[in-house]
Amino acid sequence: MARKFKVVFDRERCKGCELCKSFCPKKIIEMDTQVNAKGYCPAMITEQEKCIGCQSCATVCPDCAIEIFEEEE
Amino acid sequence: MKAVFKQTQGMLPVSTSYCPGCTHGVAHRIIMETLDEMGLLGKAIGVAPIGCSVVAHQFMNVDMCESAHGRAPAVATAIRRVHPDRIVYTYQGDGDLASIGMAEIVHAAARGEKFSTFFINNGIYGMTGGQMAPTTLIGQRATTCVDGRTREQAGMPLKICELLATLDGPAYIERVALNSPAHIRKAKKAVRRAFEIQQEGKGFTFVELLSTCPTNWGLTPPKAMEWLEENMIPYYPLGVFREPEVK
Repeated sequence: MARKFKVVFDRERCKGCELCKSFCPKKIIEMDTQVNAKGYCPAMITEQEKCIGCQSCATVCPDCAIEIFEEEE
Repeated sequence: MKAVFKQTQGMLPVSTSYCPGCTHGVAHRIIMETLDEMGLLGKAIGVAPIGCSVVAHQFMNVDMCESAHGRAPAVATAIRRVHPDRIVYTYQGDGDLASIGMAEIVHAAARGEKFSTFFINNGIYGMTGGQMAPTTLIGQRATTCVDGRTREQAGMPLKICELLATLDGPAYIERVALNSPAHIRKAKKAVRRAFEIQQEGKGFTFVELLSTCPTNWGLTPPKAMEWLEENMIPYYPLGVFREPEVK
């Protein structure tokens, strides 16, 4: 069975720099149109099931805003 | 659900003061993750510089000390000598280390002081508004060289790793970049190696991290990452410049 991952963004820590979006190999990260308390458009994941758990987004995130979990069978 | 990427306890749960996309955040995180993984968070003492990262002590969850501009290596020397059982590191930018603090870093390296230095090289003065730094590339624009740096007026950019590698004191010198997930993983390995060599008491360890400054470069964060790859890495080659001798 394919492994399933869940990417969790901290909306309030995100500054909308789009680095995660640009390095996502599956291109499933988009910027929200709603702003957070600081006025940035935070990142969010569009198609969770397509995530391969490569951790590129969390590795390049300068704001410690991304955590990745794997669903256990 | 099991966590495959969990945020480290080494970073305090606050938002950093850095601009969006600034790789200071990445550098902070990989240093703190390494200390966390090595179980050294309670044992490490950091020395913060002057520059954008002057407030690093508000984000790093270890004991920290502030230093006068460029004098972090002198402060770290004292802390490491008084507390030889602690892990001591300095975190310095290029304006701090390569300009005003050049004498301190060269002499600390020459003496082979047993602390680690993390040198953030983004080729510009960030906090003060994008002035030319000693590491600004030829042709790169800054607010004090609006048509680009020229060799005639400012000389060539300083290569600190190569300069320190001419000394006998340092045990480990490596240059890494923070412009892609692969480079960041390599950078983290270099940080770990520096702390391991310090733990073994082999001498001065130095890691240069090529970084971006999207705000003062006038680029978006993803474009700044590309600019670093295309312009900085050819002039500042990545690699190990000094390794401890295997006995």
